[in-house]
Amino acid sequence: MPTSTDTDCAIRLDSLSMLYPTKSGGTVQALDDVSLSVQAGEFISIVGPSGCGKSTLLRIIMGLSRQTSGQVTFGPSEDTHRNQLGMVFQQPLLLPWRTVRKNLLTSPDLHHARDAATHEKADELLVMLGLEEFGDRYPNELSGGMQQRVGIGRALMHDPRILLMDEPFGALDAMTRDQMGLDLLKIWDQDRKTVLFVTHSIPEAVLLADRVVVMTPRPGRLADVVEVALPRPRRLENINTPEFGEIVLKIRKLLDSEHSAH
Amino acid sequence: MSTNTKRQAAGREERAVPDGETVPVKAPTNSDTPARRRRRVPEITYSVLVFIGLLVVWQVVVEMFDISNILVPAPSAVAVSLVDGFRDGSLVSHSIVTMKEILIGFGIAVGSALVSAVLITQFRTVERVLFPLLILTQTIPKVAMAPLLIVWFGIGISSKVLTVALIAFFPLLINAVLGFRSAAHEQVEMLRSFGASRMQVMRHLQIPSALPHIFAGLEVAVILSVTGAVVAEFVGSSEGLGYLIQASNFTLDVARTFAVIVVLSAVGIVLHAVVVQLGKWLVFWTATPSNAASEV
Ligand SMILES: Nc1ncnc2c1ncn2[C@@H]1O[C@H](COP(=O)(O)OP(=O)(O)OP(=O)(O)O)[C@@H](O)[C@H]1O
Ligand SMILES: [Mg+2]
Repeated sequence: MPTSTDTDCAIRLDSLSMLYPTKSGGTVQALDDVSLSVQAGEFISIVGPSGCGKSTLLRIIMGLSRQTSGQVTFGPSEDTHRNQLGMVFQQPLLLPWRTVRKNLLTSPDLHHARDAATHEKADELLVMLGLEEFGDRYPNELSGGMQQRVGIGRALMHDPRILLMDEPFGALDAMTRDQMGLDLLKIWDQDRKTVLFVTHSIPEAVLLADRVVVMTPRPGRLADVVEVALPRPRRLENINTPEFGEIVLKIRKLLDSEHSAH
Repeated sequence: MSTNTKRQAAGREERAVPDGETVPVKAPTNSDTPARRRRRVPEITYSVLVFIGLLVVWQVVVEMFDISNILVPAPSAVAVSLVDGFRDGSLVSHSIVTMKEILIGFGIAVGSALVSAVLITQFRTVERVLFPLLILTQTIPKVAMAPLLIVWFGIGISSKVLTVALIAFFPLLINAVLGFRSAAHEQVEMLRSFGASRMQVMRHLQIPSALPHIFAGLEVAVILSVTGAVVAEFVGSSEGLGYLIQASNFTLDVARTFAVIVVLSAVGIVLHAVVVQLGKWLVFWTATPSNAASEV
Protein backbone atom coordinates (compact mmCIF):
# COMPACT_ATOMS: atom_id res chain seq x y z
CA MET A 1 0.00 0.00 0.00
CA PRO A 2 1.72 3.14 -1.14
CA THR A 3 -0.24 5.33 1.26
CA SER A 4 0.86 3.57 4.44
CA THR A 5 2.90 5.62 6.82
CA ASP A 6 6.21 4.05 7.65
CA THR A 7 5.76 4.37 11.39
CA ASP A 8 3.35 1.47 11.83
CA CYS A 9 4.74 -0.69 9.06
CA ALA A 10 5.65 -4.13 10.40
CA ILE A 11 7.24 -5.80 7.40
CA ARG A 12 8.40 -4.29 4.16
CA LEU A 13 9.34 -6.38 1.17
CA ASP A 14 11.25 -4.58 -1.57
CA SER A 15 11.44 -6.29 -4.97
CA LEU A 16 12.11 -9.71 -3.53
CA SER A 17 13.27 -12.26 -6.07
CA MET A 18 14.23 -15.84 -5.53
CA LEU A 19 16.02 -18.17 -7.90
CA TYR A 20 16.49 -21.80 -6.93
CA PRO A 21 19.24 -23.77 -8.61
CA THR A 22 17.98 -26.99 -10.18
CA LYS A 23 19.71 -30.35 -10.32
CA SER A 24 20.23 -30.01 -14.07
CA GLY A 25 22.26 -26.83 -13.54
CA GLY A 26 19.59 -24.31 -14.47
CA THR A 27 17.49 -22.16 -12.18
CA VAL A 28 13.84 -21.95 -11.18
CA GLN A 29 12.43 -18.56 -10.48
CA ALA A 30 10.16 -18.90 -7.48
CA LEU A 31 9.60 -15.23 -6.73
CA ASP A 32 9.81 -12.27 -9.07
CA ASP A 33 9.92 -8.69 -7.84
CA VAL A 34 7.58 -9.00 -4.89
CA SER A 35 6.99 -5.76 -3.02
CA LEU A 36 4.57 -5.40 -0.16
CA SER A 37 4.27 -3.56 3.07
CA VAL A 38 2.36 -4.97 5.94
CA GLN A 39 0.92 -2.80 8.69
CA ALA A 40 1.54 -3.70 12.29
CA GLY A 41 -1.42 -5.68 13.57
CA GLU A 42 -2.67 -6.49 10.13
CA PHE A 43 -3.98 -9.92 9.16
CA ILE A 44 -2.84 -10.75 5.64
CA SER A 45 -3.86 -13.87 3.76
CA ILE A 46 -1.81 -15.07 0.83
CA VAL A 47 -3.38 -17.19 -1.91
CA GLY A 48 -1.95 -18.45 -5.16
CA PRO A 49 -1.61 -21.57 -7.25
CA SER A 50 0.58 -24.40 -6.00
CA GLY A 51 4.26 -23.79 -6.58
CA CYS A 52 3.96 -20.02 -6.94
CA GLY A 53 6.36 -19.34 -4.09
CA LYS A 54 4.16 -18.74 -1.07
CA SER A 55 6.22 -20.95 1.19
CA THR A 56 9.37 -19.47 -0.27
CA LEU A 57 8.14 -16.01 0.64
CA LEU A 58 7.51 -16.96 4.26
CA ARG A 59 10.80 -18.82 4.49
CA ILE A 60 12.67 -15.73 3.33
CA ILE A 61 10.89 -13.53 5.85
CA MET A 62 11.61 -16.09 8.55
CA GLY A 63 15.28 -16.19 7.56
CA LEU A 64 15.25 -19.87 6.64
CA SER A 65 16.17 -19.06 3.03
CA ARG A 66 18.14 -16.18 1.61
CA GLN A 67 16.59 -14.21 -1.23
CA THR A 68 18.49 -13.81 -4.49
CA SER A 69 17.78 -10.09 -4.58
CA GLY A 70 15.61 -7.53 -2.87
CA GLN A 71 15.20 -6.71 0.77
CA VAL A 72 13.14 -7.56 3.80
CA THR A 73 12.90 -4.88 6.46
CA PHE A 74 10.99 -4.92 9.66
CA GLY A 75 9.29 -1.68 10.58
CA PRO A 76 10.61 0.78 13.14
CA SER A 77 8.03 -0.19 15.71
CA GLU A 78 9.27 -3.76 15.48
CA ASP A 79 12.44 -5.17 16.81
CA THR A 80 14.32 -6.47 13.79
CA HIS A 81 15.33 -9.53 15.69
CA ARG A 82 14.17 -12.86 14.42
CA ASN A 83 12.70 -13.68 17.80
CA GLN A 84 9.94 -11.24 16.95
CA LEU A 85 8.84 -13.85 14.45
CA GLY A 86 6.94 -17.05 15.02
CA MET A 87 6.29 -19.64 12.36
CA VAL A 88 3.54 -22.24 12.11
CA PHE A 89 4.11 -24.94 9.54
CA GLN A 90 1.74 -27.03 7.47
CA GLN A 91 2.47 -30.07 9.64
CA PRO A 92 2.43 -29.78 13.42
CA LEU A 93 6.08 -30.95 13.53
CA LEU A 94 5.90 -31.74 17.22
CA LEU A 95 8.75 -33.60 18.86
CA PRO A 96 7.23 -37.00 19.73
CA TRP A 97 9.42 -37.53 22.81
CA ARG A 98 8.24 -34.33 24.43
CA THR A 99 4.93 -33.92 26.17
CA VAL A 100 2.53 -31.29 24.87
CA ARG A 101 3.70 -28.88 27.54
CA LYS A 102 7.35 -29.48 26.73
CA ASN A 103 6.62 -29.01 23.05
CA LEU A 104 5.19 -25.62 23.89
CA LEU A 105 8.38 -24.90 25.83
CA THR A 106 10.61 -25.67 22.82
CA SER A 107 11.59 -22.08 22.23
CA PRO A 108 12.39 -21.15 25.87
CA ASP A 109 14.35 -24.39 26.19
CA LEU A 110 16.47 -23.48 23.19
CA HIS A 111 17.21 -20.09 24.70
CA HIS A 112 17.72 -21.42 28.22
CA ALA A 113 14.87 -19.21 29.32
CA ARG A 114 12.59 -21.70 31.01
CA ASP A 115 11.40 -20.22 34.30
CA ALA A 116 8.24 -19.80 36.35
CA ALA A 117 6.90 -17.19 33.95
CA THR A 118 7.28 -19.40 30.88
CA HIS A 119 5.58 -22.27 32.70
CA GLU A 120 2.70 -19.98 33.52
CA LYS A 121 2.56 -18.86 29.92
CA ALA A 122 2.49 -22.48 28.79
CA ASP A 123 -0.44 -23.14 31.12
CA GLU A 124 -2.27 -20.12 29.73
CA LEU A 125 -1.68 -21.31 26.18
CA LEU A 126 -2.96 -24.79 27.05
CA VAL A 127 -6.19 -23.26 28.30
CA MET A 128 -6.46 -20.95 25.32
CA LEU A 129 -5.94 -23.85 22.91
CA GLY A 130 -8.46 -25.99 24.78
CA LEU A 131 -5.75 -28.48 25.71
CA GLU A 132 -5.52 -27.97 29.46
CA GLU A 133 -6.09 -31.66 30.13
CA PHE A 134 -3.48 -32.73 27.63
CA GLY A 135 -0.38 -30.94 28.91
CA ASP A 136 1.28 -34.14 30.05
CA ARG A 137 0.27 -36.26 27.08
CA TYR A 138 2.55 -37.13 24.21
CA PRO A 139 1.79 -35.95 20.66
CA ASN A 140 0.85 -39.43 19.41
CA GLU A 141 -2.04 -39.42 21.88
CA LEU A 142 -3.54 -36.32 20.23
CA SER A 143 -5.71 -35.93 17.18
CA GLY A 144 -4.37 -34.11 14.14
CA GLY A 145 -6.28 -30.95 14.97
CA MET A 146 -5.04 -30.97 18.54
CA GLN A 147 -1.47 -31.44 17.36
CA GLN A 148 -1.82 -28.52 15.01
CA ARG A 149 -3.10 -26.39 17.88
CA VAL A 150 0.02 -27.30 19.84
CA GLY A 151 2.06 -26.23 16.81
CA ILE A 152 0.33 -22.86 16.88
CA GLY A 153 0.80 -22.57 20.63
CA ARG A 154 4.49 -23.31 20.27
CA ALA A 155 4.85 -20.39 17.86
CA LEU A 156 2.96 -18.13 20.29
CA MET A 157 5.07 -19.16 23.28
CA HIS A 158 7.73 -16.49 22.91
CA ASP A 159 5.02 -13.93 22.13
CA PRO A 160 6.24 -12.93 18.67
CA ARG A 161 4.89 -9.72 17.17
CA ILE A 162 4.73 -11.32 13.74
CA LEU A 163 3.17 -14.69 13.03
CA LEU A 164 3.96 -16.48 9.79
CA MET A 165 1.55 -19.30 9.02
CA ASP A 166 2.13 -21.62 6.07
CA GLU A 167 -1.12 -23.47 5.38
CA PRO A 168 -1.48 -24.32 9.06
CA PHE A 169 -4.88 -25.92 8.56
CA GLY A 170 -4.05 -27.68 5.31
CA ALA A 171 -4.12 -31.16 6.80
CA LEU A 172 -7.41 -30.73 8.69
CA ASP A 173 -10.95 -31.68 7.76
CA ALA A 174 -13.34 -28.88 6.78
CA MET A 175 -15.17 -28.66 10.10
CA THR A 176 -12.11 -28.61 12.32
CA ARG A 177 -10.59 -26.19 9.90
CA ASP A 178 -13.39 -23.64 10.18
CA GLN A 179 -13.31 -23.88 13.95
CA MET A 180 -9.54 -23.45 14.04
CA GLY A 181 -9.81 -20.38 11.82
CA LEU A 182 -12.28 -18.76 14.18
CA ASP A 183 -10.11 -19.74 17.17
CA LEU A 184 -7.16 -18.14 15.46
CA LEU A 185 -9.13 -14.93 15.00
CA LYS A 186 -9.93 -14.94 18.71
CA ILE A 187 -6.27 -15.31 19.59
CA TRP A 188 -5.33 -12.65 17.11
CA ASP A 189 -7.94 -10.30 18.51
CA GLN A 190 -6.34 -10.40 21.96
CA ASP A 191 -3.19 -8.51 21.02
CA ARG A 192 -3.38 -8.00 17.25
CA LYS A 193 -0.18 -9.58 16.10
CA THR A 194 0.84 -9.07 12.51
CA VAL A 195 -0.14 -12.25 10.67
CA LEU A 196 0.84 -13.58 7.27
CA PHE A 197 -1.42 -16.53 6.56
CA VAL A 198 -0.91 -18.75 3.51
CA THR A 199 -3.88 -20.83 2.43
CA HIS A 200 -5.34 -22.62 -0.57
CA SER A 201 -8.89 -21.85 0.50
CA ILE A 202 -10.21 -18.54 -0.82
CA PRO A 203 -13.16 -18.36 1.62
CA GLU A 204 -10.80 -19.04 4.50
CA ALA A 205 -8.46 -16.32 3.26
CA VAL A 206 -11.29 -13.82 3.05
CA LEU A 207 -12.90 -14.80 6.34
CA LEU A 208 -9.73 -14.18 8.30
CA ALA A 209 -7.91 -11.34 6.59
CA ASP A 210 -7.84 -7.58 6.35
CA ARG A 211 -6.20 -7.92 2.96
CA VAL A 212 -5.73 -10.88 0.65
CA VAL A 213 -2.55 -11.06 -1.39
CA VAL A 214 -3.17 -12.88 -4.67
CA MET A 215 -0.12 -14.33 -6.36
CA THR A 216 0.47 -15.38 -9.96
CA PRO A 217 1.69 -18.82 -11.05
CA ARG A 218 5.44 -19.31 -11.08
CA PRO A 219 7.36 -17.09 -11.06
CA GLY A 220 5.31 -15.72 -8.18
CA ARG A 221 4.43 -12.07 -8.54
CA LEU A 222 1.71 -10.13 -6.83
CA ALA A 223 -1.37 -10.22 -9.04
CA ASP A 224 -3.29 -7.93 -6.73
CA VAL A 225 -3.95 -7.14 -3.12
CA VAL A 226 -7.66 -7.30 -2.28
CA GLU A 227 -9.08 -5.33 0.63
CA VAL A 228 -11.55 -7.18 2.83
CA ALA A 229 -13.68 -4.44 4.35
CA LEU A 230 -15.93 -6.76 6.32
CA PRO A 231 -16.70 -5.87 9.93
CA ARG A 232 -15.09 -7.72 12.80
CA PRO A 233 -15.53 -9.90 14.73
CA ARG A 234 -16.08 -12.25 11.84
CA ARG A 235 -18.38 -15.25 12.08
CA LEU A 236 -18.92 -18.29 9.98
CA GLU A 237 -22.25 -16.79 8.86
CA ASN A 238 -20.28 -14.04 7.12
CA ILE A 239 -19.55 -16.55 4.39
CA ASN A 240 -23.18 -16.43 3.23
CA THR A 241 -23.37 -12.65 2.84
CA PRO A 242 -23.29 -11.13 -0.67
CA GLU A 243 -20.34 -8.88 0.24
CA PHE A 244 -18.33 -11.92 1.15
CA GLY A 245 -19.33 -13.68 -2.05
CA GLU A 246 -18.27 -10.69 -4.12
CA ILE A 247 -14.79 -10.63 -2.64
CA VAL A 248 -14.37 -14.38 -3.08
CA LEU A 249 -15.49 -14.07 -6.70
CA LYS A 250 -13.09 -11.22 -7.32
CA ILE A 251 -10.15 -13.26 -6.02
CA ARG A 252 -11.26 -16.31 -7.96
CA LYS A 253 -11.38 -14.27 -11.17
CA LEU A 254 -7.95 -12.85 -10.47
CA LEU A 255 -6.55 -16.34 -10.03
CA ASP A 256 -8.33 -17.60 -13.15
CA SER A 257 -7.16 -14.79 -15.38
CA GLU A 258 -3.62 -15.22 -14.17
CA HIS A 259 -3.87 -18.90 -14.80
CA SER A 260 -5.16 -18.56 -18.36
CA ALA A 261 -2.58 -15.90 -19.11
CA HIS A 262 0.11 -18.57 -18.79
CA MET B 1 -19.84 -48.24 39.42
CA SER B 2 -16.79 -49.87 40.94
CA THR B 3 -13.67 -50.44 38.91
CA ASN B 4 -14.16 -54.10 39.53
CA THR B 5 -17.39 -54.36 37.60
CA LYS B 6 -15.91 -52.17 34.92
CA ARG B 7 -13.10 -54.62 34.48
CA GLN B 8 -15.48 -57.53 34.29
CA ALA B 9 -17.45 -55.80 31.60
CA ALA B 10 -14.39 -54.92 29.60
CA GLY B 11 -13.78 -56.88 26.45
CA ARG B 12 -17.42 -57.89 26.08
CA GLU B 13 -19.82 -56.05 23.83
CA GLU B 14 -22.31 -55.31 26.49
CA ARG B 15 -22.97 -57.26 29.59
CA ALA B 16 -25.41 -57.04 32.41
CA VAL B 17 -23.66 -56.57 35.74
CA PRO B 18 -25.21 -58.06 38.88
CA ASP B 19 -27.36 -55.05 39.67
CA GLY B 20 -28.99 -55.25 36.28
CA GLU B 21 -27.32 -52.17 34.86
CA THR B 22 -25.84 -52.52 31.37
CA VAL B 23 -22.36 -51.27 30.73
CA PRO B 24 -21.61 -49.82 27.32
CA VAL B 25 -18.46 -50.67 25.45
CA LYS B 26 -15.50 -48.84 26.89
CA ALA B 27 -12.65 -47.36 24.94
CA PRO B 28 -10.03 -49.98 24.05
CA THR B 29 -7.51 -48.51 26.49
CA ASN B 30 -9.33 -50.01 29.43
CA SER B 31 -10.60 -53.18 27.92
CA ASP B 32 -7.60 -54.53 26.09
CA THR B 33 -5.38 -55.21 29.07
CA PRO B 34 -7.28 -58.17 30.50
CA ALA B 35 -8.22 -59.40 27.06
CA ARG B 36 -4.63 -59.32 25.92
CA ARG B 37 -3.48 -61.04 29.07
CA ARG B 38 -6.00 -63.78 28.49
CA ARG B 39 -4.64 -64.34 25.03
CA ARG B 40 -0.96 -63.98 25.78
CA VAL B 41 -0.49 -66.35 28.69
CA PRO B 42 -1.49 -69.49 26.76
CA GLU B 43 0.88 -68.63 23.89
CA ILE B 44 3.86 -68.66 26.21
CA THR B 45 2.57 -71.77 27.93
CA TYR B 46 2.28 -73.54 24.59
CA SER B 47 5.83 -72.60 23.63
CA VAL B 48 7.11 -73.95 26.95
CA LEU B 49 5.05 -77.11 26.58
CA VAL B 50 6.31 -77.70 23.04
CA PHE B 51 9.88 -77.15 24.22
CA ILE B 52 9.47 -79.60 27.09
CA GLY B 53 7.80 -82.05 24.71
CA LEU B 54 10.79 -81.88 22.37
CA LEU B 55 13.15 -82.52 25.28
CA VAL B 56 11.09 -85.55 26.30
CA VAL B 57 11.09 -86.92 22.74
CA TRP B 58 14.82 -86.34 22.54
CA GLN B 59 15.36 -88.15 25.84
CA VAL B 60 13.15 -91.08 24.81
CA VAL B 61 14.75 -91.44 21.38
CA VAL B 62 18.27 -91.41 22.83
CA GLU B 63 17.35 -94.06 25.40
CA MET B 64 15.27 -96.20 23.05
CA PHE B 65 17.88 -96.45 20.32
CA ASP B 66 20.71 -96.44 22.83
CA ILE B 67 22.49 -93.64 21.01
CA SER B 68 26.06 -93.14 22.10
CA ASN B 69 26.71 -90.24 24.44
CA ILE B 70 29.58 -89.23 22.15
CA LEU B 71 27.16 -88.54 19.31
CA VAL B 72 24.10 -87.07 20.95
CA PRO B 73 23.87 -86.89 24.72
CA ALA B 74 20.45 -87.14 26.33
CA PRO B 75 19.00 -83.94 27.83
CA SER B 76 19.47 -85.50 31.26
CA ALA B 77 23.19 -85.93 30.56
CA VAL B 78 23.41 -82.30 29.47
CA ALA B 79 21.64 -81.24 32.64
CA VAL B 80 24.03 -83.27 34.77
CA SER B 81 26.98 -81.75 32.96
CA LEU B 82 25.51 -78.26 33.50
CA VAL B 83 25.10 -78.86 37.22
CA ASP B 84 28.60 -80.32 37.48
CA GLY B 85 30.04 -77.38 35.56
CA PHE B 86 28.43 -74.90 37.92
CA ARG B 87 29.37 -76.94 40.99
CA ASP B 88 33.07 -77.19 40.16
CA GLY B 89 33.02 -73.55 39.01
CA SER B 90 34.48 -74.24 35.57
CA LEU B 91 31.40 -73.02 33.67
CA VAL B 92 31.25 -69.93 35.86
CA SER B 93 34.88 -68.92 35.47
CA HIS B 94 34.90 -69.50 31.71
CA SER B 95 31.61 -67.60 31.39
CA ILE B 96 33.10 -64.64 33.21
CA VAL B 97 36.02 -64.56 30.77
CA THR B 98 33.72 -64.65 27.75
CA MET B 99 31.31 -62.12 29.23
CA LYS B 100 34.22 -59.76 29.81
CA GLU B 101 35.31 -60.09 26.18
CA ILE B 102 31.77 -59.54 24.96
CA LEU B 103 31.04 -56.53 27.14
CA ILE B 104 34.33 -54.73 26.54
CA GLY B 105 34.25 -55.46 22.81
CA PHE B 106 30.61 -54.45 22.54
CA GLY B 107 31.29 -51.28 24.52
CA ILE B 108 34.16 -50.34 22.20
CA ALA B 109 31.95 -51.02 19.18
CA VAL B 110 29.12 -48.90 20.53
CA GLY B 111 31.40 -45.98 21.41
CA SER B 112 33.33 -45.96 18.16
CA ALA B 113 30.27 -46.55 15.98
CA LEU B 114 28.36 -43.68 17.59
CA VAL B 115 31.29 -41.29 17.34
CA SER B 116 31.91 -42.27 13.70
CA ALA B 117 28.22 -41.88 12.91
CA VAL B 118 28.17 -38.38 14.39
CA LEU B 119 31.29 -37.37 12.46
CA ILE B 120 29.94 -38.85 9.23
CA THR B 121 26.59 -37.13 9.53
CA GLN B 122 27.94 -33.80 10.74
CA PHE B 123 30.89 -33.29 8.42
CA ARG B 124 30.58 -33.63 4.68
CA THR B 125 34.27 -34.29 4.10
CA VAL B 126 34.38 -37.08 6.66
CA GLU B 127 31.38 -38.62 4.99
CA ARG B 128 32.87 -38.36 1.49
CA VAL B 129 36.19 -39.89 2.52
CA LEU B 130 35.19 -42.36 5.18
CA PHE B 131 31.78 -43.70 4.30
CA PRO B 132 32.66 -45.41 0.99
CA LEU B 133 35.65 -47.00 2.70
CA LEU B 134 33.53 -48.26 5.54
CA ILE B 135 30.93 -49.67 3.16
CA LEU B 136 33.73 -51.39 1.26
CA THR B 137 35.28 -52.92 4.38
CA GLN B 138 31.83 -54.06 5.44
CA THR B 139 31.95 -56.66 2.68
CA ILE B 140 34.92 -58.37 4.38
CA PRO B 141 33.64 -61.28 6.46
CA LYS B 142 34.72 -60.13 9.89
CA VAL B 143 35.22 -63.60 11.37
CA ALA B 144 37.90 -64.14 8.73
CA MET B 145 39.87 -61.43 10.51
CA ALA B 146 39.94 -63.35 13.80
CA PRO B 147 43.06 -65.43 13.02
CA LEU B 148 44.92 -62.28 11.99
CA LEU B 149 43.92 -60.50 15.16
CA ILE B 150 45.24 -63.47 17.17
CA VAL B 151 48.55 -63.22 15.32
CA TRP B 152 48.73 -59.48 15.96
CA PHE B 153 47.43 -59.27 19.49
CA GLY B 154 48.17 -62.70 20.97
CA ILE B 155 45.87 -65.28 22.47
CA GLY B 156 44.95 -63.05 25.41
CA ILE B 157 41.77 -61.08 25.87
CA SER B 158 42.65 -58.19 23.52
CA SER B 159 42.34 -60.22 20.32
CA LYS B 160 38.90 -61.46 21.44
CA VAL B 161 37.75 -57.99 22.41
CA LEU B 162 38.83 -56.64 19.03
CA THR B 163 37.09 -59.42 17.13
CA VAL B 164 33.89 -58.69 19.04
CA ALA B 165 34.24 -54.95 18.43
CA LEU B 166 34.91 -55.48 14.74
CA ILE B 167 31.89 -57.73 14.28
CA ALA B 168 29.52 -55.50 16.25
CA PHE B 169 30.76 -52.23 14.77
CA PHE B 170 29.22 -52.28 11.30
CA PRO B 171 25.56 -52.97 11.99
CA LEU B 172 25.77 -50.33 14.69
CA LEU B 173 27.42 -47.77 12.46
CA ILE B 174 25.04 -48.24 9.54
CA ASN B 175 21.99 -47.98 11.79
CA ALA B 176 23.34 -45.00 13.68
CA VAL B 177 24.14 -43.13 10.45
CA LEU B 178 20.63 -43.86 9.17
CA GLY B 179 19.28 -42.77 12.53
CA PHE B 180 21.11 -39.45 12.67
CA ARG B 181 19.84 -38.75 9.17
CA SER B 182 16.29 -39.81 9.92
CA ALA B 183 15.08 -36.48 11.30
CA ALA B 184 12.77 -34.80 8.80
CA HIS B 185 14.14 -31.71 7.11
CA GLU B 186 11.00 -29.86 8.19
CA GLN B 187 11.73 -30.64 11.83
CA VAL B 188 15.22 -29.20 11.44
CA GLU B 189 13.75 -26.03 9.97
CA MET B 190 11.19 -25.85 12.74
CA LEU B 191 13.99 -25.79 15.32
CA ARG B 192 16.00 -23.36 13.24
CA SER B 193 13.00 -21.04 13.09
CA PHE B 194 13.27 -20.86 16.87
CA GLY B 195 16.92 -19.95 16.53
CA ALA B 196 18.39 -23.35 17.39
CA SER B 197 22.13 -23.76 16.81
CA ARG B 198 23.55 -26.77 15.01
CA MET B 199 24.46 -28.35 18.33
CA GLN B 200 20.93 -27.79 19.61
CA VAL B 201 19.43 -29.37 16.50
CA MET B 202 21.70 -32.31 17.19
CA ARG B 203 20.73 -32.56 20.82
CA HIS B 204 17.03 -31.84 20.61
CA LEU B 205 16.25 -33.55 17.34
CA GLN B 206 18.86 -35.71 15.68
CA ILE B 207 19.93 -37.71 18.71
CA PRO B 208 16.40 -38.60 19.86
CA SER B 209 15.32 -39.42 16.29
CA ALA B 210 18.35 -41.68 15.97
CA LEU B 211 17.58 -43.69 19.09
CA PRO B 212 15.07 -46.14 17.54
CA HIS B 213 17.55 -46.92 14.76
CA ILE B 214 20.46 -47.19 17.17
CA PHE B 215 18.56 -49.70 19.26
CA ALA B 216 17.70 -51.73 16.17
CA GLY B 217 21.46 -51.85 15.53
CA LEU B 218 22.24 -52.70 19.15
CA GLU B 219 19.88 -55.67 19.07
CA VAL B 220 21.69 -57.15 16.08
CA ALA B 221 25.14 -56.22 17.38
CA VAL B 222 24.72 -57.74 20.82
CA ILE B 223 23.97 -61.17 19.35
CA LEU B 224 26.85 -60.84 16.90
CA SER B 225 29.12 -59.98 19.84
CA VAL B 226 28.50 -63.38 21.42
CA THR B 227 29.29 -65.08 18.12
CA GLY B 228 32.43 -62.96 17.74
CA ALA B 229 33.76 -63.89 21.16
CA VAL B 230 33.18 -67.62 20.64
CA VAL B 231 34.74 -67.63 17.17
CA ALA B 232 37.79 -65.74 18.41
CA GLU B 233 38.17 -68.22 21.24
CA PHE B 234 37.91 -71.11 18.77
CA VAL B 235 40.79 -69.68 16.78
CA GLY B 236 43.13 -69.48 19.72
CA SER B 237 42.62 -69.17 23.45
CA SER B 238 43.27 -70.78 26.79
CA GLU B 239 40.03 -69.84 28.52
CA GLY B 240 36.44 -68.83 27.84
CA LEU B 241 33.31 -70.68 26.74
CA GLY B 242 34.57 -71.07 23.16
CA TYR B 243 37.73 -72.64 24.49
CA LEU B 244 35.61 -74.90 26.72
CA ILE B 245 33.64 -76.15 23.70
CA GLN B 246 36.82 -77.01 21.86
CA ALA B 247 38.31 -78.69 24.91
CA SER B 248 35.13 -80.73 25.47
CA ASN B 249 35.03 -81.77 21.82
CA PHE B 250 38.64 -82.86 22.08
CA THR B 251 37.87 -85.12 25.03
CA LEU B 252 34.63 -86.27 23.34
CA ASP B 253 32.63 -84.87 26.27
CA VAL B 254 29.73 -83.90 24.02
CA ALA B 255 27.38 -83.44 26.95
CA ARG B 256 29.60 -80.62 28.18
CA THR B 257 29.67 -79.10 24.70
CA PHE B 258 25.89 -78.99 24.85
CA ALA B 259 26.01 -77.57 28.35
CA VAL B 260 28.26 -74.75 27.16
CA ILE B 261 25.93 -74.07 24.23
CA VAL B 262 23.07 -73.78 26.69
CA VAL B 263 25.06 -71.28 28.76
CA LEU B 264 26.00 -69.31 25.62
CA SER B 265 22.37 -69.15 24.53
CA ALA B 266 21.41 -67.94 27.98
CA VAL B 267 24.08 -65.24 27.80
CA GLY B 268 22.79 -64.16 24.39
CA ILE B 269 19.17 -64.13 25.52
CA VAL B 270 19.93 -62.12 28.65
CA LEU B 271 22.07 -59.54 26.83
CA HIS B 272 19.47 -59.19 24.09
CA ALA B 273 16.70 -58.80 26.66
CA VAL B 274 18.67 -56.09 28.46
CA VAL B 275 19.09 -54.18 25.18
CA VAL B 276 15.43 -54.58 24.26
CA GLN B 277 14.28 -53.46 27.68
CA LEU B 278 16.61 -50.46 27.67
CA GLY B 279 15.28 -49.59 24.21
CA LYS B 280 11.67 -49.78 25.34
CA TRP B 281 12.49 -47.57 28.26
CA LEU B 282 14.47 -44.95 26.32
CA VAL B 283 12.45 -44.97 23.08
CA PHE B 284 9.09 -44.81 24.81
CA TRP B 285 7.39 -42.65 22.20
CA THR B 286 7.29 -45.19 19.39
CA ALA B 287 5.43 -47.67 21.61
CA THR B 288 1.65 -47.62 21.87
CA PRO B 289 0.44 -45.08 24.39
CA SER B 290 -1.15 -47.76 26.60
CA ASN B 291 0.87 -46.90 29.70
CA ALA B 292 -0.07 -43.27 29.81
CA ALA B 293 -3.66 -43.91 28.82
CA SER B 294 -4.46 -46.66 31.31
CA GLU B 295 -3.80 -44.48 34.34
CA VAL B 296 -7.18 -42.73 33.87
N1 LIG C 1 14.73 -26.01 -2.13
C1 LIG C 1 14.29 -25.81 -3.41
N2 LIG C 1 15.08 -26.10 -4.45
C2 LIG C 1 14.66 -25.91 -5.71
N3 LIG C 1 13.46 -25.43 -6.03
C3 LIG C 1 12.61 -25.15 -5.05
C4 LIG C 1 12.97 -25.33 -3.67
N4 LIG C 1 11.93 -24.96 -2.91
C5 LIG C 1 10.96 -24.58 -3.76
N5 LIG C 1 11.37 -24.68 -5.04
C6 LIG C 1 10.59 -24.32 -6.22
O1 LIG C 1 10.13 -23.02 -6.04
C7 LIG C 1 8.77 -22.91 -6.43
C8 LIG C 1 7.95 -22.34 -5.32
O2 LIG C 1 7.93 -23.24 -4.23
P1 LIG C 1 7.08 -22.97 -2.91
O3 LIG C 1 7.26 -24.13 -2.02
O4 LIG C 1 7.43 -21.64 -2.39
O5 LIG C 1 5.61 -22.97 -3.51
P2 LIG C 1 4.21 -22.79 -2.76
O6 LIG C 1 3.56 -21.61 -3.34
O7 LIG C 1 4.41 -22.82 -1.29
O8 LIG C 1 3.44 -24.09 -3.24
P3 LIG C 1 2.36 -24.94 -2.44
O9 LIG C 1 1.11 -24.14 -2.47
O10 LIG C 1 2.22 -26.19 -3.27
O11 LIG C 1 2.88 -25.18 -1.08
C9 LIG C 1 8.33 -24.30 -6.83
O12 LIG C 1 8.23 -24.34 -8.22
C10 LIG C 1 9.40 -25.22 -6.36
O13 LIG C 1 9.63 -26.18 -7.33
MG1 LIG D 1 3.90 -24.19 0.28
